[in-house]
Amino acid sequence: MKTPIGNMLLVLLASFIGSFGAVFLKSGAGQLRQGWQYLFISRQPPFFNWRLASGVALFLISSYFFVLGIRPPGELSVLYPMVSLGYIFTLIWSRIFFNEPFTRVKFIGLFMIVVGVFFVGLGSK
Amino acid sequence: MAPLSTIVPERLLSCEFPILSEHKPFSKNQSLLLVFLCTILGAAAQILMKTGANRMANPGLLGMATNLPLMGGYCLYGISTLLLVLALKDGELSLLYPVIALTYVWVTALSFLIFHDHINPWKLLGIVFIVAGVAVLGKGGRR
Repeated sequence: MKTPIGNMLLVLLASFIGSFGAVFLKSGAGQLRQGWQYLFISRQPPFFNWRLASGVALFLISSYFFVLGIRPPGELSVLYPMVSLGYIFTLIWSRIFFNEPFTRVKFIGLFMIVVGVFFVGLGSK
Repeated sequence: MAPLSTIVPERLLSCEFPILSEHKPFSKNQSLLLVFLCTILGAAAQILMKTGANRMANPGLLGMATNLPLMGGYCLYGISTLLLVLALKDGELSLLYPVIALTYVWVTALSFLIFHDHINPWKLLGIVFIVAGVAVLGKGGRR
């Protein structure tokens, strides 16, 4: 394996941060129930929809680490599966923060997607 | 004088958009459709950014700002994030987030069509698994 540990850690960090980005987007999206204008401004104090803003910021930070991580000599076949670890993190946070149940359907679907992303990475040079 | 709210509908006064404030919550299928659109836009954004990066003369900030395909890519990413937020409003995060992996499928197909990148058996197998996994998430669990 030629992929340095440093690249792996960067991509892992990127997917970890990205999974929290998704959590913040979801919690900020809850305030949209009150109307479009709450995309950036919320009804309750502090009036700025900081959850959505944090979600977007976390995604940007995550993509920065991702780009750093997939630089050569990092191999996509090793690094892509680490990206899909982000989906597994998100599954766990969804249960902790939003009480979404673990179901067999989610496990099977997620497993197939992770395997699929692994194969796409294997085919990318 | 009659209160304003009897002349002007309450909804206009509170300037809420009916599509979000009065509609029923999105069904699971509607949320899935939104994420689906989000992956197509995300893939188009990546293709545009790749096009922009290919023709980037000077990698400075000005070079990026005047690079039309690159900026178009960023805009599409913005719209795609907006759709994701709409989908997450009523849908389950644990169900919808893995569907974003569909982006790999579109990017592989588009880069084959546009950049004539190679498609090998591994990529094809990966695409089959991702599509099947998304189908499982979409079909299973009546919610």
